[in-house]
Amino acid sequence: MEAPIVAMLEISNLTKYYGETLALKDVSLKVRRGEFVAIIGRSGAGKSTLLRCVNRMIEPSSGLIRFEGQDVRALRRSDLRSYRTKIGMVFQHFNLVPRQSVVENVLHGRLGHKSALSGVLGLYSADEKKMAARLLEEMNLAEQVARRCDQLSGGQKQRVGIARALVQEPSLILCDEPIASLDPGSAKTIMDLLKGVAAEKGISILINLHQVDVAVRYADRIVGIRAGELVYDGEPKGIKKKLLNEIYGSSEDGMLYGEVAE
Amino acid sequence: MRAEPLGALAGSQAALRRRDLTMLGFVALLVILSLGSSLVTSFSFIDALLSVPKSFGWLAANFVPDERAIASLPKILAKLGETVLVAIMASVTSAVVAVALAVVASRTTRPSLCVGLAIRALASACRNIPVVAWAMVFLLSFGQNILTGYLALFIGGLGFLTRAFIETIDEIAESSVEALRSSGSPWFAIVGRAVIPSVLPQFTSWLLYSVETNIRDATLVGILTGTGIGFLFDLYYKSMRYPSAALVVLVLVVATVAIEAGSNALRRVMA
Repeated sequence: MEAPIVAMLEISNLTKYYGETLALKDVSLKVRRGEFVAIIGRSGAGKSTLLRCVNRMIEPSSGLIRFEGQDVRALRRSDLRSYRTKIGMVFQHFNLVPRQSVVENVLHGRLGHKSALSGVLGLYSADEKKMAARLLEEMNLAEQVARRCDQLSGGQKQRVGIARALVQEPSLILCDEPIASLDPGSAKTIMDLLKGVAAEKGISILINLHQVDVAVRYADRIVGIRAGELVYDGEPKGIKKKLLNEIYGSSEDGMLYGEVAE
Repeated sequence: MRAEPLGALAGSQAALRRRDLTMLGFVALLVILSLGSSLVTSFSFIDALLSVPKSFGWLAANFVPDERAIASLPKILAKLGETVLVAIMASVTSAVVAVALAVVASRTTRPSLCVGLAIRALASACRNIPVVAWAMVFLLSFGQNILTGYLALFIGGLGFLTRAFIETIDEIAESSVEALRSSGSPWFAIVGRAVIPSVLPQFTSWLLYSVETNIRDATLVGILTGTGIGFLFDLYYKSMRYPSAALVVLVLVVATVAIEAGSNALRRVMA
């Protein structure tokens, strides 16, 4: 008897209101281990809210979130913190401490695993420092280790952000528009790195994207959201122009679909 | 048919006339208020204006440091040192407390909404009451001594710096705090590793500004509390030793300019 394949992350009937405004309506979604799932939709469709409900940076109004069998919405204080250490997050604007060095910023990813005191004092173990150094090498940043982050290019900053997420040793990484402020070249590097992370380390990726062609090229599965509602959940090759019209609204003006079938 | 546009025109003209009348009334009110207050205080603006040349003549004749004033320079410098040290001490101690309060009150890092709002209200109260008023209050409880002046400067600085620090944290540290919170960092680690390092240059800049204003305020407060260089000025002035009082002012101007230049240099190094 084989054990049934259990989703690592399972979201059911998730709803979020900001006051009177509905941001997410009845969203259900599963992410398996090592899966690369892209969420596409217009700005303001609720992509960011969905991502932040997963790590409870935003409190859902109702619904169920299960992570490795655990009821996420029931977690309090230190349980919530230790849950968050299992989930990395990568941001559009990198969210680094600009005045600190690359390696310091990467090591910030370890703070969740440490006591408050050794965290405040910045007492990282030799193993943690080695791990940070190895990850920076993987991110091709070995030469930048001691540089201040405000001296890096956008693409380099985002690689620091990914290293900071990876040093947590997470099983899931949430990426909120990670390439929206990057030039096309750096964007491709970042996407390749994230794809490699999912394939080689078995870390699941849940990523918000504006660019449909990027989502189609990299994702194992695509989730389409319109006005807070899930309108597509399936393989990238199922994405058709008609469906994109539904996700992005009827107007095709100014839309870049890339290589998408009619 | 013709009545309507004409009616609209008449209406808008009436509105314009009403606006002119309101303006006229406002100006008249200002004139009456200032005439009335000068009548009550028996202050004549014309006389005051006419006495300006005369008073400059008096200044040139009496407010020039003489030999006796130069002889009291060491005493003046000692009192200046006292004032500057009290100002610096008040700034530094209020900054230390303000950092702790700001971290608890900032939107980005506050552990509880209620405590945060309470601290904001407290800081506003401290800041909005002038330092001289605080000095008067403490004068009643602590008498004329250096502690009174220190406390007044401390409270004023605390209010000002807490507000400035809160705004700096909200402006600068929000994004990195979000990143560390999402990775499960403990609150103290977030504050120590992300917030403080990010805001340190701005905090130092505010602290230096607070030192500068405190030195100016300390002089005024000193007149009230009978301490420091303010006291010395008061003493010389009231005993009609104008040349010595003039030297006090001169020394104060030089010291203020020097300290401002020094703190600007420090700011450039910190940036």
